[in-house]
Formats: sequence, C-alpha cells, structure tokens
Amino acid sequence: MSDNKENASNGESCCACSLDPERRALLAATAGVGAIVGLGVAAPFVGSFLPSERAKAAGAPVEYDLSKLAPGQMDTIEWQGKPVWIVRRTPEMVAALKKNDANLVDPNSERSEQPEYAKGTARAIKDEYFVCLGVCTHLGCSPNPKFLLGAESGMGEDWNGGFLCPCHGSRFDLAGRVFKSMPAPVNLVIPPHSYLSDTRLLIGKDSKES
Amino acid sequence: MNCCKTVTDKAQQALAWVDERFPLSFLWKSHVSEYYAPKNFNFWYLFGSLALLVLVIQIVTGIFLVMNYKPDASLNLAGVPVAFASVESTIMRDVWGGKYIRYMHSTGASAFFIVVYLHMFRGMLYGSYRKPRELIWLFGMGIFLCLMGEAFFGYLLPWGQMSFWGAQVIVNLFSAVPVIGGQLSEFIRGDFVVSDATLNRFFAFHVIAIPLVLLGLVTSHLIALHEVGSNNPDGVEIKKHKDANGIPLDGIPFYPYHVIKDVFGVSIFLIVFAAVIFFAPEGGGYFLEFNNFFPADALKTPPHIAPVWYFTPYYSMLRATTSDFLPFLWAFIALISVLTWRGAASCRFVRGLCVLVPLAAYWGFFGLSAFGLTVPLTALLLPGVKFTVLGVDLARGLDAKFWGVVMMGGSVMLFALLPWLDRSPVKSIRYKGVLVKTALVIFVVAFLILGYFGTQPPSPVGNILSQICTILYLSFFGLMPWYSRLDKTKPVPERLTWK
Ligand code: HEM
Ligand code: FES
Repeated sequence: MSDNKENASNGESCCACSLDPERRALLAATAGVGAIVGLGVAAPFVGSFLPSERAKAAGAPVEYDLSKLAPGQMDTIEWQGKPVWIVRRTPEMVAALKKNDANLVDPNSERSEQPEYAKGTARAIKDEYFVCLGVCTHLGCSPNPKFLLGAESGMGEDWNGGFLCPCHGSRFDLAGRVFKSMPAPVNLVIPPHSYLSDTRLLIGKDSKES
Repeated sequence: MNCCKTVTDKAQQALAWVDERFPLSFLWKSHVSEYYAPKNFNFWYLFGSLALLVLVIQIVTGIFLVMNYKPDASLNLAGVPVAFASVESTIMRDVWGGKYIRYMHSTGASAFFIVVYLHMFRGMLYGSYRKPRELIWLFGMGIFLCLMGEAFFGYLLPWGQMSFWGAQVIVNLFSAVPVIGGQLSEFIRGDFVVSDATLNRFFAFHVIAIPLVLLGLVTSHLIALHEVGSNNPDGVEIKKHKDANGIPLDGIPFYPYHVIKDVFGVSIFLIVFAAVIFFAPEGGGYFLEFNNFFPADALKTPPHIAPVWYFTPYYSMLRATTSDFLPFLWAFIALISVLTWRGAASCRFVRGLCVLVPLAAYWGFFGLSAFGLTVPLTALLLPGVKFTVLGVDLARGLDAKFWGVVMMGGSVMLFALLPWLDRSPVKSIRYKGVLVKTALVIFVVAFLILGYFGTQPPSPVGNILSQICTILYLSFFGLMPWYSRLDKTKPVPERLTWK
C-alpha cells in the first residue's frame, strides 16, 4: 500500500523542466492543436442537446370553437405541447378582479409576459374570454381551477375565484395574476391569440401577423 | 487422498501461473486477507458493504429491465404512451418474473438511499470525515450526488404522471438561473416541454452515463479508504500502535472476520428487502407513488405532487425559500459573517469576504429595497427608470425562486464542508460533549421534519415549520466551527475500548 507513496515522493524525473527547451515549444504547440481538435469534437455532442429542428417546427396555431363553452366554464387545449386554458368569465367574475388588486404582485401586468392587446386588469382581448397558458411561472406545473367563492372554495373567506398551483401552492386570480408572497414571481403568460370570428378563436397567432 | 493432493497442487500451480502475470494473490492479501480493520466495528459499519450490495442489485435488475423497457413517449395503438405501457403492461404483466425484477429495482432505489443516509450518519457520529479521511468523504459526496441524479433520471422512465411532473419541476429549477436560465432548461430537455427527446436522453444518463461515473467513484472511495484505513466508533487511529510486524494491535483481518460480520448484515438486510418486495412493494406510496400509475398527461398536473421520500427534505427547503423568508436567511448569513470576522483578526482577505458576502447577498435577496418590504430606492428617486440588464432587474435583486434553487443545491453540498467545519479536538461522538450531541439531535429532528413536510401538500403550518427547520439545518453546519470548539469533550483513550 504505502510503497507507491514513497515512489511518488522521490521521483524527480517526472518534472518537465528538465526537458530540452526547444522540444518544449513543440510539445506546447502539439498540446494546443490537440485542445482545438478536442473542442471541435465536443461541438456536435454539446449541439445535439439543443432542441432538434423537429421540436422547433412543432407548434402550429390551434383553432377553438367558443360556442361550446358555457358561462363560468373552462376548457383546456394543447398548444406547443403545453396546456392553454380558455375560461368564459361571467360579468361577476370580471367585476371581482379589481378587488384582488391590493394583494397582487403585479396588478397591471407590467413585469409579466403577454401580448400588448392583453394587458391591464382583465388581460384579455374580450373580457368575457380569458385565454391563458396553464403553466405556473414558478416551476411549470399546471395550476388547478378554484372557481368557487369564499370559504366554500377552501381557499379562505376572501377568495374571488382563480387558480391554485398544486406543486408549491402559488395562487392566481381569474386573470392569471399572481398573489403576493407566492413562489411564482410573475403573472401567468398569455399566449398570442386572435379571433377569426365571434365564436372562432385562434391560439398561437396574432391577428396582425396573418 | 493422493488424487486430492494432485488437485490442490495443480490449483497452486495455476495460481502461481496467474500471479506471474497478474497480482491476484497480492491484491487479495493487501485488500482482503491482510487488510487490517479495527476490531470494534459495530452496527453502523454494516452500511458500506450493504451499499455495495444494493449497487449490484440495481445494476443487475437494471440490465434485465432494459431488455423489455422502451424509452418512447409516442402513443401506441391503444392510445397509451409506449414507455408507460412497456413498464406497466409488458414488464408488470407479460414478462415472466418481470414484476419482481421491477420491484427489486424500485425498492432497491429506496433501500439505496436508506443505506447511504445511514452510512453518512455513521460518518457524522464518529467523525469519519476528518483528517486523514477527507477524500473518502468527498468521493462519498460525489457518490451521493450521482445517486440523486440517477434516481431523478430513472424516475422519468415509467412516464407516469409523477415522472412527468417531477421532471417538469426539477428541470424548470434551472430556468431560475439568471440570464441563461431559459436556454439552460431547454438545453436539458432538448425541447420546449418535457417530451420524447427528454425521455431518451434521461434514459441514456440513467442506464449508462451515471452508472459508469458511479462505479468510478465507488472504486476511488474504496481505494482512498484502504490507503488510510477505517476509522472506528472510538475515533482513534489503530495505526498508532503496531506490533513487531507492523500490524495494528487493534486491527483484525478483513477476511474472515469482517466478511463474516458483513454477511450476517447482508442476511438481515435481504430478509427485510424480500419482505418489502413480496408484501409491500409500493412501500405505502413512498417507494412507488400512487399517481405514477397514470400515464403522463402534459395538460394536467395531479392535485398533489411530491417527490419520492428521499428527496423530500431538500424539496421542503426549496418550498420554504419564499420572499418573506429571505430576511431571516440574510440575518443568518450576517451572523456567520460577524462571527467569522471576529475570529479572523489577522487575515485581510477573510475579513474582506465577511463584508462582501453579506452585501452581495443583500443585493441578491432584496435589490435596493429595505428587506424586500418596500419598493426599491430607485423607484422613489427615479420613478419610471428601468434598471434591467439581460432580464435581471438590478433594483429588485434576484427572484426568491432562484434562491430556492440555490438553497436546495447548497444544502446538499454543505455535507462536503464537514471536514473543515468540525473543529472539535475529538472525532467520535463518544467523547464529544453536550453541545455537539444536542446539535446533532436537533439536526436529525429538523431533517426528519423537513422530510415529512416535503411529502405533504403546501400548508401555512408546514411552511413555517419548514422555514424554522431550514434555519436549524443551516445552523448545524454554519455554526459548527464555533460550537464544536466550545464543546466540553471527554478524554480520548489511547487504544480502542472494546468489551
Ligand atoms: C454507492 C454508495 C457507497 C458505497 C458502495 C460505499 C461503500 C463504502 C464501504 C464498503 C466502506 C467501508 C465499510 C464501512 O465503513 O461501512 C465505506 C466507508 C466510508 N464511506 Fe462510503 N459508500 C458509499 C457512499 C458514501 C457516501 C454518500 C458517503 C458520504 C458522503 C460515504 C462516506 C464514507 C466514509 C467517510 C467512510 C469511512 C468510514 C470510516 O472509516 O469510519 N460513503 N464506504
Ligand atoms: S410550480 Fe406552481 S407553485 Fe411551483
């Protein structure tokens, strides 16, 4: 066991300084070229980790027929592999949004992600239809709807309806705005969307792009 | 009689033939039959060999599972993801014995963590991480990290609801890293969501990349161990007293003595292991989680998601790190800095750090606001001006989400610092005083409470208790240089005490 220790300690010859200085330059050059080749070889391996062309191409816009949605109801569809919610908000639901403002992190959605046309309190093109990416801004779980009001919802007396993330308990209101002191830092993301007609919604595309 | 003698002679010759070409007898002697380990090993010293056993179980059952498993997230004709079906239907129902192979592997994963946690706890009891065993401990830390990675990658493979959402949450942790976070998590997933690409690369990591690293680390762990020799429950070096032949007086050869002891431990372990596999393979929902019997659904998170039990203490700390917890965390950092400052009178560099670290932490936690409770100073002085560089708002510091991630990773890594944090003049708990013993008890209790709340859905009480326990956990490590020095220790015997 201990013999190898002794070998290591009395071996002076392993020091490179005793080498011929001219050869040293050659050694350094060889090592340098080797390193560059090594980097080149690493490139495809690192690159292969990036999303493939196929993954990038996925994600065409999706159409949704609003006529099947009753007031106060919510539906979930898939866009780019992620859940998108469509909530048909009742006028009471829309009116209640203002009441949450004082308890929100970003009530006017200035630091959050949404298209220009979905800013403000209701965060929608039409107040009645709330379209939202159902992906928590904390760590990406999909929050659950909690549409009952007050104590009945199990969310406390002053609950005005919204969403609860099952993973770490972030709470959002019915415009996807996050409450204070929650793990999620900002409001839920609103995807680009537009209306093809009064009842046909297109998710994944702005009207101006078409 | 004669023929027996011929056979043994032949065997001797064969061995000599090998020894001339490969140091077989030499290796056997130096690592087994003439490797001297302390004679006072106790219960706690069983877990090293048990960890080796579980490693073998995992590798063997893993090889057989791969023969039927398919890492494919696309849907089969019945509309079920292929990966999920290959586990829940092919392996669990169609393959002869497949069910038991799978249960051995899934129970083995939990057993691995039980064994390794106890193995590490032994190190903490007897000061096994201290000089000259720092590298054994650091290789052990590497093993522990690989084990966590291995468990995480493996958990995605059955492609159930828990697999999917667990991976979603953990990969998204990386998106909290400032500036590069978004790209980093895409880079890990290989897609914009957890998908087939993610499943395939996790498969590659789980079946080959990490196991290879793990084997290398375990080998290094044992080489380092055999270089310095084992510690023991008394924490005294047996190499200090040797006989005329250079053999430690308090050592006995590993073979046969310790081997027999380890075989006894293995028997008991296997009885318990088999009982779990036959009678409680799901471990009451702790070894195999209920929600994982549903195929992955990217549109719906199950109402209650929690990691497998062995990650829950760290998961609790992640959840506990909210913005209203940061002021307490900062106070803790400030306290450690003040203590270090007082202790480092002569060293400018350390004193500089003692100022810099709390300042940097303050900015990182709260930006230019007063403990995150007010709006940033800049919003008062220069309203409307934005100080955002590369997506980081300089006036607000970094998100609590990022600090949660740092907390989770950092609290695991704290173990690696133990060799340098422990300043006690004695190694073993047997000769330590009340202070260190109390600290260890508090640490264990805090760790268990954190583990418990990590399995529960978020609740206000759970959150407060997790925050308190997080501080206790950090204090165990952070304050160790001071309490381990103040501690009143007992005199250490010269030789092993052994009844
Ligand atoms: C795959 C996982 C592991 C295996 C197979 C393994 C194996 C072993 C074995 C066979 C021993 C000698 C027997 C014993 O002391 O119980 C040992 C000792 C030791 N291990 Fe591990 N180990 C593993 C993980 C770890 C981890 C995660 C740590 C800590 C971070 C660690 C720290 C130590 C220390 C400090 C010793 C020396 C103990 C003493 O001399 O008192 N090991 N290990
Ligand atoms: S993912 Fe929603 S709170 Fe953490």
